[in-house]
Amino acid sequence: MARMQRRTVADLGFDETIKNLSPDKIARTIRYVLEKEAAARLKAYVDTCIHCGLCNEACHFYVSYDRDPSYAPVAKVRQTIWDMIEKKGKVDPETVKTYARIGFTECNICRRCSMYCPFGIDIGYMMILVRRICGLLKVAPSYLQDQGYSHMYTYSQSWVAQDDWVDTVQFVEEELRMNIKNARIPLDKEGAEIMYSPHSLEAKFKTNLLANIAKIMNVARVDWTMPSFDGWDSTNQSMHLGDHETMGMVERMHFSAGFRLKVKKIVTSECGHSFRAAVYDGSRSLGWKEPPITYLQPTQLFFEFVRDGRIRIARKIEEPVTVQDPCSIVRNRGLGGMLRSVVKAACEDFREVDPCLEHNYCCAAGSGVINYGPPWKFLRMEGGRAKIRQLQATGAKIVIAPCHSCHKTIEEMIDYYKADMHVMFISELLVKTMEIPEDMRTPEGKGSDQ
Amino acid sequence: MYEFLTSMELYTFLKGPMVWVAFSVFLSGSVYRVISLLKLARKDRVVYPYLNVKYSLRSLVHWLVPFGSRNMRLHPWVTVFAFAFHLGVIVTPILLYPHIALWHDAWGIRWWSLPEKIADFMTIVVLVCCAFFLLRRVFASEVRFVTFPSDYAIIAIVAAPFLTGFLAFHQVVDHYRLMVILHMAFGEVMLMAIPFTRLHHMFSFWLIRAHTGSEFGVFRHSRDY
Ligand code: SF4
Ligand code: SF4
Repeated sequence: MARMQRRTVADLGFDETIKNLSPDKIARTIRYVLEKEAAARLKAYVDTCIHCGLCNEACHFYVSYDRDPSYAPVAKVRQTIWDMIEKKGKVDPETVKTYARIGFTECNICRRCSMYCPFGIDIGYMMILVRRICGLLKVAPSYLQDQGYSHMYTYSQSWVAQDDWVDTVQFVEEELRMNIKNARIPLDKEGAEIMYSPHSLEAKFKTNLLANIAKIMNVARVDWTMPSFDGWDSTNQSMHLGDHETMGMVERMHFSAGFRLKVKKIVTSECGHSFRAAVYDGSRSLGWKEPPITYLQPTQLFFEFVRDGRIRIARKIEEPVTVQDPCSIVRNRGLGGMLRSVVKAACEDFREVDPCLEHNYCCAAGSGVINYGPPWKFLRMEGGRAKIRQLQATGAKIVIAPCHSCHKTIEEMIDYYKADMHVMFISELLVKTMEIPEDMRTPEGKGSDQ
Repeated sequence: MYEFLTSMELYTFLKGPMVWVAFSVFLSGSVYRVISLLKLARKDRVVYPYLNVKYSLRSLVHWLVPFGSRNMRLHPWVTVFAFAFHLGVIVTPILLYPHIALWHDAWGIRWWSLPEKIADFMTIVVLVCCAFFLLRRVFASEVRFVTFPSDYAIIAIVAAPFLTGFLAFHQVVDHYRLMVILHMAFGEVMLMAIPFTRLHHMFSFWLIRAHTGSEFGVFRHSRDY
């Protein structure tokens, strides 16, 4: 099978783990997933695909790598699923490594290609199957595996234990009170309207983001809370490992926290994958058609705040601004309109991207790829070329990206491609532009952060 | 061999019993494939709960109207050829006068037929499209990368009855009966191949689109076109 050239990357999660594989174990795992777990969708997709290659343009990897045919969506299926079926799972460990490389590092499961295939074949789903197989065989990027274990031990992505979490909240609150008079971050408040569920990084080294959210919640005078107990973290990297079992456990814990606090809704962090995990993969694997509790992404919440006048914009941003439509919240849930509505309310000069909304390109960091660590950074930088070119074409100086993965990778691409712009979360945008009510102003913080 | 291929016995066999066989295999095979897929979809717990008529239709309409989806606009040539091809492949055999005459002889039923010139033109269109698909497979690198021998076989299976039909009709080849025999044989092969090759996308197309369309409409609040 002709395979295009790829650079060698050293990753213990691939190189060491394949040493533990026997041909029998590989064959059993492949057949278990493809024959026992997968059903009609896999069969229909494999038997129907007419190998026409019309899905190619959909993939940002294909576009970014100068239309190299081996990066086309159907080519990824050819090099993985078709190969497994043809060989009935009888492949050597090196081949599993190839499968893992494609499934984990060359597809962001952005599902753009299913909008471009004339049949609507969901290649992302087939790549999830590849990840499932490789995940069961423990062949996956080591950084991601580490996060999977972290979920198993702490329910959180980044080994943040419960006592660390409470401690973080306390110092963020302390700091916040220098800006907003009498600000509170209420923990474990039963019956609150909203339970905010941060990204674990907000409890580790991005505490400023938690502070921003707390600031907005206080200014909007919302009845909100966060759990002090496990289930506070909204992330779920197990999903990316194809570890449905841990994914379900984490999601159940997370929903339970909301039920235990008797809140009306849970709002996740400005994050794509945690939203997808909760409303889509997690809910479905637990048997829910929709999440068992109203579940919002901050884009929706901020949209409501601005629409209802709970947040007022004091000073609009004048520089040209554009948006990144994160796949997990736009193609996966149609929140692109709300995103634009908030951005337009806070900015004078909004520049639309092309293509936009559900047709937008993935940032190349989705579905865990952002977390693979330094050895794999090149992949996001090169695979994201279509993305950065698209953003540059708008002439905008600020990109609003309501997703941790998009945010981080675009910021890095800006440096890599020497683009003259920077990235902001919506919460950052609101904190910069919103009016701080008279009664909340402190001598230190004069409202918006001039 | 030549004698056998031009024999009257073979001619009557292909025109009579073999037609029955071909249609039975085609129909029963297709029904079986569709029903087994629908059954299997129950195991995929996420298919039926989200199915929705409105969004299935929305999706189907956008992919059945030329240039109704963004990808069709990105590939105008493929779109034109693909639509012309599918129209020709489905409509021509059904509305062709000699075919209808056979139905009339056998069962006494008849329906409107295409004027000869148009039917002839559509046959040429189908053949040109087959040539286009073939060339695309050979020369477009992204298609070549995912091309298997079976893909060429499928083009051949579809092109053969049209080519032989065209040659027989115009009596280009000396032996008229030979061409008709080949035409009938290839036509029957094509019919029987549908349920067992990727040609069965003529059925699965509707099912997959309904699923994807519903998924995008009901859950993802997005368009799939
Ligand atoms: S990255 Fe997106 S477009 Fe590319 S193959 Fe994966 S799901 Fe399809
Ligand atoms: S567009 Fe659809 S049918 Fe064509 S190669 Fe891609 S997945 Fe297969």
